[in-house]
Amino acid sequence: MAKLTFAGGIHPDDGKDLSKDKPIREVLPQGDLVYPLSQHIGAPAQPIVKKGDRVLTGQKIAEAGGFVSAPIYATVSGTVKAIEPRRVVTGDNVMSIVIENDELYEEIDWPEVPPFEELTREDKIQMIREAGIVGMGGAGFPTAVKLSPKEPEKIEYVIVNCAECEPYLTSDYRKMLEEPERLIGGLKVALSLFENARGILAVEDNKPDCIAKLKRLTRDENKITVKALKTKYPQGSERQLIYATTGRAIHSAMLPADAGCVVNNVDTVIAIYNAVMEGRPLMYRIVTVTGDAIVNPQNFKVRIGTNYHELIDEAGGFIEPPVKIVSGGPMMGFGIFDLDVPTTKTSSALLCMTRDQVSAMEPTACINCGKCVEVCPGRVVPRKLADYAEHYDEEAFVKNNGMECCECGCCSYVCPAKRPLTQVIKSMRKMQLAKKKK
Amino acid sequence: MSDLMKVSSNPHIRSKVTTSNIMLAVVIALLPAAGFGIYNFGLDALILILITVAACVLTEFVYEKAMHKKVTIGDFSAVVTGLLLALNLPSSAPWWIGVVGGIFAILVVKMLFGGLGQNFMNPALGARCFLLISYTSIMCNFDCDAYTGATPLASLKAGESVNILDMVLGKTGGTIGETSMIAIVIGACFLILLGVIDLKISGSYIISFIIFLILFGGHGFDPAFIAAHLAGGGLMLGAFFMATDYVTRPVTKKGQYLYGVILGLLTGIFRIFGPSAEGVSYAIILGNLLVPLIEKVTMPRAFGKGGERA
Repeated sequence: MAKLTFAGGIHPDDGKDLSKDKPIREVLPQGDLVYPLSQHIGAPAQPIVKKGDRVLTGQKIAEAGGFVSAPIYATVSGTVKAIEPRRVVTGDNVMSIVIENDELYEEIDWPEVPPFEELTREDKIQMIREAGIVGMGGAGFPTAVKLSPKEPEKIEYVIVNCAECEPYLTSDYRKMLEEPERLIGGLKVALSLFENARGILAVEDNKPDCIAKLKRLTRDENKITVKALKTKYPQGSERQLIYATTGRAIHSAMLPADAGCVVNNVDTVIAIYNAVMEGRPLMYRIVTVTGDAIVNPQNFKVRIGTNYHELIDEAGGFIEPPVKIVSGGPMMGFGIFDLDVPTTKTSSALLCMTRDQVSAMEPTACINCGKCVEVCPGRVVPRKLADYAEHYDEEAFVKNNGMECCECGCCSYVCPAKRPLTQVIKSMRKMQLAKKKK
Repeated sequence: MSDLMKVSSNPHIRSKVTTSNIMLAVVIALLPAAGFGIYNFGLDALILILITVAACVLTEFVYEKAMHKKVTIGDFSAVVTGLLLALNLPSSAPWWIGVVGGIFAILVVKMLFGGLGQNFMNPALGARCFLLISYTSIMCNFDCDAYTGATPLASLKAGESVNILDMVLGKTGGTIGETSMIAIVIGACFLILLGVIDLKISGSYIISFIIFLILFGGHGFDPAFIAAHLAGGGLMLGAFFMATDYVTRPVTKKGQYLYGVILGLLTGIFRIFGPSAEGVSYAIILGNLLVPLIEKVTMPRAFGKGGERA
């Protein structure tokens, strides 16, 4: 059988060897914890604590600010020090709750969880909403909204995105190896919401140990299949993943539900399990701290709100000063200029590099080689779109499917003239999206 | 931690392939053909190649210096142009033909339109056609120490018989680099293996040309006639090294097939119905002019908007 995949894509050096064999280790934060009120797509959360309040681990400190929003929980015990704008990975200043950690890690009295069988569909979704779960693959879309499509009976597949196609990231890999029961349990919870759905665990075939383990554990689950995908970036891009696993293709204006699919990432599915089966809100995430500048690359279980500096220290610090630090993977992550930012629900990695390949190679003239067209998973013509964007030709940009770009970065990666194609297209898309909102 | 961090938009990694890598690969791929040309035609050929390449590189250098632009001769694209042009000249041509051709190719066809990536016509071919029109007798004089008389393709057109084995090996008269099908194909295979070119254009070009020959060549399905047409003239050099020129071919996948077919048809028309035995250069130049139109009608459908393929 042909391998499950999509057309286009690239094969960058994956750099996963640095951290893939390091078991997940918990980091106990020492300094202040910062909780940006916007760490998800949608309305910012509303703080329900005020300066000077004492909070406990697991206590809700901000309420969802609307339907598409998510609450936020304290991940340590301590005192609310301030509610003020703080810098986040994108470089923006976002209103945040700052908690002074008393290092006691005192927890709330966890409420009783009703037996799973007694829960209705609405109960479960409410629990997921209350737990503050958002898509932890990077987008941060509130999971409860994702799990409430208009016609739940039309959902045929619940896909767990175990591709982890971004180079250097090993957090999902470790989770699959270390907590596969929770992953499968979370998938079962999600499947219980959709009567006609089957579960798919979609794993890239560079993780044969995960595939074997998940296959063994799901042997008796007749509604769950493990599917091996060809290892290729961006295999874990939602639309490409749906296509690879089900053969259904949707364009950018469609939702996965239009193809009868719901897609969630590994960490998110485990968070669903924790919320519904154990009544725990989203308080932790796995962060891979890696790169050639790091003494001891690791996979950390991090309390949300922990300062990035602490993660670097936990990983042994720097071998030599890094030139570039990326929050997230090298293909879609944010280059940051300051480590003094908090871990959020969507922080997947901290990649510290001693060499910056981008500034090392100056852009030169496009030679029309067509490599960007070959690799584009959205099947647009990046070379032309970048041209239109540079000349601010909005009409041509939109007409030639500029909005179909998923900003995966393949075109910039592959360009022999080192042109910042993704960047130019991305800026134009942002402007167009902003216009639409008006 | 250093005080200043590098910050940029994603992605933060880049492939190792660069423009100069690609151009260098093309230069290397042209070496078998050039080497055979030198072996076949002697020292004259070597000298002409060196002069033409030097003329191209120097023109680019001087132009950029004079215009206070960044000097880009390090990307080897001028070397490729010079080499291609030289391989399209007869070894008997005087040295100044290489100079005039090189200057025309780089200055008029390439730099005046904005330099690398902006020219709408293959510079080497543009210069060749310019020379063909301006210095017809020199450009069509294929007499040299080793060979006299008509090129195999001209003989074929006149209805004479040709030695196909010699044509495949390249032991015939012609321009410096076009005679040896084997040397050209070796170079092309190198580029295909490196992923610099693929068979979308070359393949559709050659196949559509063969079909045209069968239908209109007057010999029906005659393998010897077809083989002679494939091995003769500039078809192989054109199909693998000039039709595939990045800058002047369509960037869309379907467009590349269409472009190849158009080139095949034009070459067939020029060779069979035209007054000259040759047709590749003009076919490709005409094809170059059609590229914007071809791209316009072959823009791909975006993912999820139909036409999916795994």
